[in-house]
Amino acid sequence: MADAHAGALHAHQFEDADQQKDASTLGMWVFLLTEILFFGGMFLAYAVYRIAYPAAWAAASHHLDVRLGGINTVVLIVSSLTMAMAVHAAQLGRRQQLVVFLILTMLLGGVFVGIKAVEYQHKFAEGHVPGPGFHFEGADGRHAQLFFSLYFAMTGMHALHMIIGFGLLAWLLAGSLKGRFTPSYYTPVEMIGLYWHFVDIVWIFLFPLLYLLGRH
Amino acid sequence: MLSDLPLFPKQASSMAWQVDALYLFLVALSAVMSLLIAGLLLTFAVRYRAKSRADRSNAPEGNNTLEMIWTLIPLGIVMFIFTWGAGLYFHMARPPEDTMDVLVVGKRWMWKLQHLSGRREINELHVPVGRAVKLTMTSEDVIHSFFVPAFRVKMDVLPGRYSTVWFKPTRPGTYHLFCAEYCGTKHSQMIGSVVVMQPDDFQAWLGGDVSDLTPAQAGERLFNSLGCITCHNPGSGARGPALTGLFGRQVRLAGGSAATADEIYLRQSIEDPRAMQVEGFEPLMPTYRGMISEEGMLQIIEYIKTLGPGPSAGAAPSAAQPARGGGS
Amino acid sequence: MSHYLNHDYGIRSWLLTKDHKRIALLYLISATVMFMIGGIFALLVRLELLTPAGDLMQSETYNKMFTMHGIAMVFFFLIPAVPAVLGNFLVPMMIGARDLAFPRVNLLSWYIYTIGALFTLWAMISGGVDTGWTFYTPYSTAWSNTNVLVTGVGIFITGFSSILTGLNFIVTIHRMRAPGMTWFRLPLFIWAHYAASIIMILGTPVVAITILLLALERGLHLGIFDPALGGDPVLFQHLFWFYSHPAVYIMILPSMGVISELVACFSRKRVFGYSFIAFSSLTIALVGFLVWGHHMFVSSQSVYAGLVFSVLSFVVAVPSAVKVFNWTATLYKGTITFETPMIYAFGFIGLFTIGGLTGLFLASIGLDVHVHDTYFIVAHFHYIMVGGVIMGYLGGLHFWWPKITGRMYSEFWGRISAAIIFIGFNLTFFPQFILGYLGMPRRYHAYPEEFQVLNVMSTAGASILGVGYLIPLVYLFWSMRYGKPASDNPWGARGLEWTTPSPPPVENFPVTPVVTEEAYAYGTHGKESPVG
Repeated sequence: MADAHAGALHAHQFEDADQQKDASTLGMWVFLLTEILFFGGMFLAYAVYRIAYPAAWAAASHHLDVRLGGINTVVLIVSSLTMAMAVHAAQLGRRQQLVVFLILTMLLGGVFVGIKAVEYQHKFAEGHVPGPGFHFEGADGRHAQLFFSLYFAMTGMHALHMIIGFGLLAWLLAGSLKGRFTPSYYTPVEMIGLYWHFVDIVWIFLFPLLYLLGRH
Repeated sequence: MLSDLPLFPKQASSMAWQVDALYLFLVALSAVMSLLIAGLLLTFAVRYRAKSRADRSNAPEGNNTLEMIWTLIPLGIVMFIFTWGAGLYFHMARPPEDTMDVLVVGKRWMWKLQHLSGRREINELHVPVGRAVKLTMTSEDVIHSFFVPAFRVKMDVLPGRYSTVWFKPTRPGTYHLFCAEYCGTKHSQMIGSVVVMQPDDFQAWLGGDVSDLTPAQAGERLFNSLGCITCHNPGSGARGPALTGLFGRQVRLAGGSAATADEIYLRQSIEDPRAMQVEGFEPLMPTYRGMISEEGMLQIIEYIKTLGPGPSAGAAPSAAQPARGGGS
Repeated sequence: MSHYLNHDYGIRSWLLTKDHKRIALLYLISATVMFMIGGIFALLVRLELLTPAGDLMQSETYNKMFTMHGIAMVFFFLIPAVPAVLGNFLVPMMIGARDLAFPRVNLLSWYIYTIGALFTLWAMISGGVDTGWTFYTPYSTAWSNTNVLVTGVGIFITGFSSILTGLNFIVTIHRMRAPGMTWFRLPLFIWAHYAASIIMILGTPVVAITILLLALERGLHLGIFDPALGGDPVLFQHLFWFYSHPAVYIMILPSMGVISELVACFSRKRVFGYSFIAFSSLTIALVGFLVWGHHMFVSSQSVYAGLVFSVLSFVVAVPSAVKVFNWTATLYKGTITFETPMIYAFGFIGLFTIGGLTGLFLASIGLDVHVHDTYFIVAHFHYIMVGGVIMGYLGGLHFWWPKITGRMYSEFWGRISAAIIFIGFNLTFFPQFILGYLGMPRRYHAYPEEFQVLNVMSTAGASILGVGYLIPLVYLFWSMRYGKPASDNPWGARGLEWTTPSPPPVENFPVTPVVTEEAYAYGTHGKESPVG
């Protein structure tokens, strides 16, 4: 990475700052592509079982809290907005705005994870956590357990990515406070912004697939 | 003749020589291609070794025509091989109409087989020569695979589902039966034999042990003792769909989809009735998971198969159709 | 003179290095250790198979031996070896760059690899794992009483090493080529690594999530693949093979890239059909993602699925054949010498041809029914992975050894080992084709007596092969201290890496090179081409 102060400095393996920025951008997009494949395996399992056990899927989905899920969706979308504003601020060299928007994004991320924790706790209380204590009333309880296994796996993996994103934002915040990012060098803000948007998009797919089945 | 060389297992089924024919073709093709490449490599290595004074002028660096040729010709050859192999496979995947059926349950680490006459076997399968045999197989635990090299057949045997394989033995004798999907500690001891007998000898063998009920009879007993008859009877007002003539029919499920009442449908309906809710009936059936062994399942299914529209060994089919709509 | 090896001393300068050349050597050490561990397991397997009865060890132990042999070799040697050792060292140099795009990510890759390997080794030592390297469910999740979870975690961790290496290569090749180094002037080694990297980044995440789900099922009894809990064991197979088939192209493509370099150099000639070989690498990478179901022809998947996978498996064979033809044509009117790397290259072409042809047997779905899960399969994949990948790896190691270490090894011992390996290899694995067609299943601890003769032949071959692998260990190591110092370009090869001193300086190129000629600009008539 470049040195602390602003300028056209770049790491030794690059010819110039432009090449470094190009490389970082391509690298982040390739990484996000791997993440699509990573989540893709779980989406495939979800699709296979949904086609096989539609009744169980609809029944289980009904037991997820649409309000909380909906709130979380809005929270994440807004956080993507604040993230984009943060990148914009960095681009224009407005340090204070950058800090504010990073903090807002982190707060919204925290809200998301907090609501998720509440939802998980509900699931615990209702006995919908797969394993020996699983207990489900209604059609096809056994396959409903499959749904919940995938629910926890997918939202859990998503939440893990959110938490990692939170850590990355904290690192960005520290850098912003030290004045590391300037109009000529704000690549990390942009890259982590891409990552954050990706995590948001994953949720945009998860939400309808998990929460909105069979609700007409 | 070929099986006199220790390179081939015995050819003991109608498929065996067909599979061997493709194999031999591929061996010949591979030999030709390998010798061709090896020959060229050696020839060029010698002719163009550094010290030689061969003519190296106008050494080509590419030749699009040559590339087309050695792309398209191999493509054509492999498509030919594909068609041949696919033809074999189609034949393997479609058992003939009239087969002698045997039920197979694999479990760690043995094969349990039952003929429809009732005769049971462990790790051995007796069959008559010249008659197509179809095996319906499931596993009690992990994935196994039923492999008879002399017949050139193999099929995985899975828990929770039924797989089938068929063959027509053409040569009396005793042949290896192997489990071909790793299944734990005694995988290599999950072996046995297939004994192919002359038809008369086979009949004699089959009638030799009459102590067992036929699978259908055993299935009927289970059907009654487990209380299935309480709801699944042909009387009007029955709480469950009548099962007469059910096997092989299309069934309408609650929610609009349709299913074919085959072996796996029946098994799932017994294990997970709520998942297979039939349209027009209340979800009253309890699950029987854990209460019926795999053999028991197969026996009940055999019993239900006998409840066809024709003369059956089980409950008499009712003349009146059930008043409710939906599958029967 | 200062170069990357003596530029800085001390263990910290190695463990905290960002130099791609040093990281390549770190990988060389780890990968060699895993190779030897995998080799020991193989030795024990073959010893047991000398006799029909299972008399050398218990079944449980034997099942662990073949499992751990497979895991160590597939995940910890065959997939990383060529890209992480040779690729890491050479990709920047061949394109005229000072390092990879992300040097710290590169070091992280090595740490991830090593930590994953240590996890897996711990699992092996503290009881072992006996599921086969393929981990089929429900055996692996509900029945095996061995260290499946820890092994899965180890493999999961190491997978990220592969993903990050692939990512690094892709960005480097796209963005850091020297001026004048257009795509079609790239050495074919680079094309091969680029194609393999595409597979690495797209395929590995899928097996990562599959192993994670497997671990969750095993640890928390979640029931995603276990029919007793409502799951589908065949879904596991689909997800597993979706990666594990392309994985074999991750293994072979870089090795094929090596062969292109060797054949060009030791024929003193541009590779015949350069663009066809380049495109064939990409085709293999792409079509390789579409054939995974050929591992599942008898799994009770549908007939039509089987047919689709069969025809595509035939299609994917064609680009590999095209490469073999092009390499052979390169020799025509060349000026050929037979140094050790070239012997390995010849061996590769011969053995890969046989291995690839036997792939046609397996793609023929009606025939595969008979040979699936028998020693025929075992022989097929060992011809490709050992006869192909490892021969290419050793050939490349010998070819670039002078550049990497600044030393020459003993040509005599090099050639002898190559010959011993070739002979030992064929004696080990050719009889297995016959064994497989006769019906001997794989993963069998004990077997019927009629299979003994062929098994004895195979074990005899394995001992020869083992000796063949040990010898280079000795002389290569010895050469690092006592070998003759190497010149910049001892083979008279073309390529930017040969324009630097041996060993190269830390920065590779003091001034960024400007490329004006095509790849493989060899002169004619065997004269040493001018360097640069």
